[in-house]
Amino acid sequence: MSQLTGKIQNQSKNFLVHVSLIIFVFLAIGPIFVMIINSFKTMEGIFSGPLKIPNSETFSLDGFRRAIENGNFIRNYLNSTIVTVGSTLITVICSCLAAYGITEYTSKLSAMIAGFFTVGIMLPVTLGTVVILKMMVRFHLLNTHLSLILVYVGISVPLGVILMVTNFRTVSSDLKEAARIDGANEFKTFRIVLPLVMPGVAAVSAITMLPVWNDLWFPLILTTGPKTQTLTLGIQQFVGVHTSDWQALIASLVLGAIPLVLLFTLFSKQFIKGLSDGYSK
Amino acid sequence: MISKALARKRYRQLFLFTAPALAFFLIFAVFPLVGTIYISFFKESKFVGLANFVFLFTNEDASKRLLFAFLHNCEFFAIAASIQLPLALSMAALLTSGRVRRMTGFYRTLLFIPSTLSVVIVGFIWRLIISPLWGIIEYPLLGEKATALPTITLMSVWQYLGIPLVFLYSALISIPSNIIEAARVDGASDFRILWRIKIPLIAPQIGIITILTFIWTFNGFDIIYALNGGMPGPDFSTDVLGTLFYRTFFGWGADQGNQNMGAATATVIFFIILLGTAAYFALVQRRLKVSQL
Repeated sequence: MSQLTGKIQNQSKNFLVHVSLIIFVFLAIGPIFVMIINSFKTMEGIFSGPLKIPNSETFSLDGFRRAIENGNFIRNYLNSTIVTVGSTLITVICSCLAAYGITEYTSKLSAMIAGFFTVGIMLPVTLGTVVILKMMVRFHLLNTHLSLILVYVGISVPLGVILMVTNFRTVSSDLKEAARIDGANEFKTFRIVLPLVMPGVAAVSAITMLPVWNDLWFPLILTTGPKTQTLTLGIQQFVGVHTSDWQALIASLVLGAIPLVLLFTLFSKQFIKGLSDGYSK
Repeated sequence: MISKALARKRYRQLFLFTAPALAFFLIFAVFPLVGTIYISFFKESKFVGLANFVFLFTNEDASKRLLFAFLHNCEFFAIAASIQLPLALSMAALLTSGRVRRMTGFYRTLLFIPSTLSVVIVGFIWRLIISPLWGIIEYPLLGEKATALPTITLMSVWQYLGIPLVFLYSALISIPSNIIEAARVDGASDFRILWRIKIPLIAPQIGIITILTFIWTFNGFDIIYALNGGMPGPDFSTDVLGTLFYRTFFGWGADQGNQNMGAATATVIFFIILLGTAAYFALVQRRLKVSQL
């Protein structure tokens, strides 16, 4: 009898946990859902009932069509992609190399370098913007993708290195020794070990691309020109001019959000594994 | 002799592998910050000592703006930390309670989605929802001085909740399961296990995420700018250090920007963050580490 009540109690507890999580999910996703339904509506549909689901009368894809036809949209999308992929790629490569070095050649110096990067995670680099702008002007890099990529790599590399260090520590030294005995040089050994730290690479990529894709500050300062403007800045200015074309505006917001939402949904497991591997060791 | 050559080789390898990361970090993160402090002592390339700072702190208008922006940042941080952390911790605790099983990944992924959005989208969505004209509330939350900043803070909390959530979640799943099992066998309730075992074990991570929230809010700019531009209304009631820095450096409207004053403002913000972080590590984080053992 008591076993039965225990079981019922246990199941009602499970139920309560699910209910609270569903409420949280509703609060997190609800507002996004509102934006998505409005992107599929006519102008009258948006204004007459922004919280209503589109019906046969209010359904429209014109917003998406006009968003894409807008001269800068594709260009901005491409700019954001170049900057994000570029910064992420360079950050991952630099972080892996540095983390391998720090975990392989342990010494007082390697511990110091690791400590240096740990402090670097907390550095508020945006406060150095005055000098960053001066540097970019001096080297004629204003309004180039490269200016953004260089800054983003500088900002992202400390966290990337520290995360990769925790991941490289999980690799057993047997494999590396075996590779060395087979005559592999250090760089080759590094490449042999690399597949084992892929969850870390996924986590570092995710953490790097997220703030880069969404950043407003550095594009506002370094790439305001129409040719190199990023998507986030482009949409911000679209919002800023108090446009009357809400359909196109909402559609471009939705289109702009798709890449990261998709990536984080698909690779959520790898992302978490790469983050938590660090704690368990 | 051999060992010395070997040691030298190891240092060379260490240097070669870490050089690219160090170079990027030093040139594009450390140097700009140091350089900013340096040029805050100048006025049009003439050395003026602390004059820029004296102006910032004694000029009636400038010191008022600085103080208000600082207080707004404090308010932003207080609201964000007191809501975001307990919420993120309870969500992470629910997800790792062992009662969700196969649905864990589903919930966790959906709860993280707001954090993948840009502030531009977040600002727009919420402005639509709370619009007095066609939203769910008739009161102009963003238009009144008393409610504007708390409202923006809540938007930011909604957006970034996923970050502490994921961070605390990964800390919680890394707790060895035998500790939890042992407590369960002893008859400890879920809540007791969470309060007495799990939370003390992840206290250092809770501390780190608190101090990161502090750094991010004092360095923050995006959400305010996305909603209100560089002149954060109504009547500067949402002006924070980040927007103040942007205005001083670049100018806005009729105000001319000034890079030395901008650098001085940035330096002040940097030292506020530095002091806060140092105080935190000296007073709190050390004790958390001790309790972990």
